[in-house]
Amino acid sequence: MSSGFHIVVCGSIVPDPLQTLEPVTDSSGPGLRNELMLPSVLDPWASHALYEASDLAKKHPDSKVWWLALGPKAKLQQLMMSVAQKVPFELVVVDGSASGFVESWEVAETLAESVESINGLDRSRLLLFGGWESASRGSCSTLQMLGERLGIHDQFQGVDELTIQTDGSMRILERVEGGKHQIAVCAGPPAVLGWATGKLPEPPNNPQVGMMNMRSVMPALQRARTTQVGAGGVTYSSVQLPEQRRNTRIVENATPDQIAQELVEWIKGR
Amino acid sequence: MTPSPDQPERQCIEADLVCVGFGPAVAGFLTTLTRSMMNDDGTPRLESKIAPGMPLQISCYERADDISFGVSGVATRARAIRESFPDFDPSQVSMAAPIEEEKLIYLLDPIGASRRSIALRIADKVLRFLRWLPQFQNEALTIPYVPSFLRKERGFVLSLGQFLQWAGSNLLGSGLVVIWPGTPVRSPILEENEVKGVRLVDQGVDKDGEPTPGYMPGMDVRAALTVVGDGPVGAVGQQLDERFGMPEGNHPTEWAVGAKMVVELKDEVSLEAGTIYHTIGFPEPEIFGFMYAHTERTVSVGIFVPSWFKSPVKTSYRYLQHWMMHPFLWKYLEGGTLRSWGAKSLQESGRRGEPFLAGDGYARIGEGSGSTNILTGSGVDEAWMTGIQLAKSVIRLLEEDKTFSKENLENTYVRLRRSSWVEAENRIAEKSRDGFSGGLLRGMFGMALTGLSKGRFNMPAPKQPGSMPTAEQYYKGKISPEEIQRVRDECKEKNLPAHDALMDQAGWPQIRFDGKLLISQQDALFLGGKVQAAPGFADHVAFLHPEFCEDCGDKVCVEICSGQAIERAPGGGVRFDREKCVHCGACFWSCTHSLDESGKTNIEFRAGSGGLHSAEN
Repeated sequence: MSSGFHIVVCGSIVPDPLQTLEPVTDSSGPGLRNELMLPSVLDPWASHALYEASDLAKKHPDSKVWWLALGPKAKLQQLMMSVAQKVPFELVVVDGSASGFVESWEVAETLAESVESINGLDRSRLLLFGGWESASRGSCSTLQMLGERLGIHDQFQGVDELTIQTDGSMRILERVEGGKHQIAVCAGPPAVLGWATGKLPEPPNNPQVGMMNMRSVMPALQRARTTQVGAGGVTYSSVQLPEQRRNTRIVENATPDQIAQELVEWIKGR
Repeated sequence: MTPSPDQPERQCIEADLVCVGFGPAVAGFLTTLTRSMMNDDGTPRLESKIAPGMPLQISCYERADDISFGVSGVATRARAIRESFPDFDPSQVSMAAPIEEEKLIYLLDPIGASRRSIALRIADKVLRFLRWLPQFQNEALTIPYVPSFLRKERGFVLSLGQFLQWAGSNLLGSGLVVIWPGTPVRSPILEENEVKGVRLVDQGVDKDGEPTPGYMPGMDVRAALTVVGDGPVGAVGQQLDERFGMPEGNHPTEWAVGAKMVVELKDEVSLEAGTIYHTIGFPEPEIFGFMYAHTERTVSVGIFVPSWFKSPVKTSYRYLQHWMMHPFLWKYLEGGTLRSWGAKSLQESGRRGEPFLAGDGYARIGEGSGSTNILTGSGVDEAWMTGIQLAKSVIRLLEEDKTFSKENLENTYVRLRRSSWVEAENRIAEKSRDGFSGGLLRGMFGMALTGLSKGRFNMPAPKQPGSMPTAEQYYKGKISPEEIQRVRDECKEKNLPAHDALMDQAGWPQIRFDGKLLISQQDALFLGGKVQAAPGFADHVAFLHPEFCEDCGDKVCVEICSGQAIERAPGGGVRFDREKCVHCGACFWSCTHSLDESGKTNIEFRAGSGGLHSAEN
């Protein structure tokens, strides 16, 4: 029997946070000005999951990584030109909205159908990876609901480290309050792991990995099924902007002590 | 650098075609080529030689982190773009608008700090005397006539970043081409005198290029044809020039650094999308400016600081701020918010900077191939056209089963280019700017003469073009040599460029930052340009002989650096901070220390990663 893992990483695009992101509301609901023309990045929480999955697969022969992405096909294709150079994977695409305003259960339902339709996936060896949060929604609900729909009971959130022990069990560090980790041991797959930041740096671009991935990426994009998540039936009574993170003031001739004092007061006020 | 035995091997892949850079020229090339690659029945019309039965295998490598991070506010006649997209609908491209109104504005100096010739000062006095003229408003004269060669009738205002994003998405959607962003090309692969593909930059190296634990040698991409469209300061183009030289009489001697911002105007300001203003006269007579109105109350504003502006303390950023604050422009910009900022070099020699357009295994397209028209101030459309021309030639050669030899490319691509409007108009423009090295009035008169006579008459350049003056010479009569030395010493101690302090001394008022539009250069770097530098890459700016830098007096590279990435170093030399570099390339052509007769300077501008990270430029 193979000891390798079948790892499905769920993750999609978010607008590049370095661009000018201006919230607008139009007839289709809340969004960003010129959203389709903004460059996108892989959701940073999901990217940690992808890099950890690749690292795990590399260490355990006969493992395989699928990356399951629900998002606008054209934007995903462009993103692939960056991410596909990072680590090897096989792409599964569902063409639909990646907006953070889509209800979590809708996303989970669509992803569950997609996981079930992956050819060659051994559910007994399945590790379902994703971000414990998303840069487009501040909750870890999607991955939990996806695990529930697939009947996976062992779920871990805020994961920073996964170690496969000699007996095949999984030792998992989950984030808890106060900068500490809770250590859990799980007998083995199937399991859901919602990753925090993990321990791995972003891999460099490897053009050869990119070329290899593109063999599966282009067909996956071409056969992507379309879904209508978040297409209707939701009315937004109010939408709140995220808290402003930068507040520029011009202060001349401030001493280092004054700057330090202001920082202390700001931290105390948090 | 020789890899040790325990280092990873250099990878190698094959492609049919490899493209260097994704700017308007390569976008035009790929758009044209991909449309001819497949038959209606889904079989390849242009079949791959390396993967028989498959369509051509094409890889395109772009240095920037995204295909939409190009820098240019564009006002274009869009003749070539319309050839590719006859029904081009600007509403499909964010920030694009049809050109509605075009004006040429002469800006007087409302401050009195600008270095104007006596003739220009007299002209200003006469204009002020005529201030009752309706064309005179806010210290500016709207010139009632825009010469036909400058007009962009039936054209469009574009953000180059957004346009390339749109064109690139179309290309990627075809599934026929892969465009890899964040992947700088280090060099051409040269065997004898034939280009056999390209080598990508090494990763996992320190700033000097030495391997670190994550070392990954740059991959070789071998291809029958290398399409070089890496712009005016591209590493591959430079190396080809070094290897093959330039055609007799050609040399890229004239440059400019263009600095620009995208500004969101305040609600009360009304400026119709598609309005374009060209400005001359201020902040210095040598500096031209532009304001292009996009959709949704956003404008691109910017200036060009040319190499023939003989100032040892030239700074595009501070001059851009003074230009924006001119009363004529400030009535629109006051209260606005910075959305984006960027800078780039422009090759302003035009056709006289044209390299060999083709050789065995390679072809040059776009700005780096000398396609920019220096008379009409147009480059994007010309670059796109050269891409179309090369694509048509490649299709023909493939259909005739011919190789990409120098001879075959000259008989197709170069011949097509020579018979096109790009060549005809660049021939006219060739000498149009010669007069500027003798001053603004002489330059403007020369441009008009060339443009109106369609190149039959030109204003000759002065017999002895001026060399770069020292700060003492430049500010003679305004700032004493002792004061200049004091400023120099103070700036050296504070590790600052000297231009701000010298401009203050010369009468330019200090910029009062408002935190929204008027912000420090460093804030513009990160709030506007969103500059990034991925780890693991070597420095791409190298000072070949550091001892020359130690002896250099004014260090123009420090003054002109758009990102303040080059600074004075302890010991008298200079040092480079890759994390601030916007890859404008102004340092390498501004360096005043020539190493040889070819014009090679003491600064080498190599292939590098990162830079501007804004999609709105």
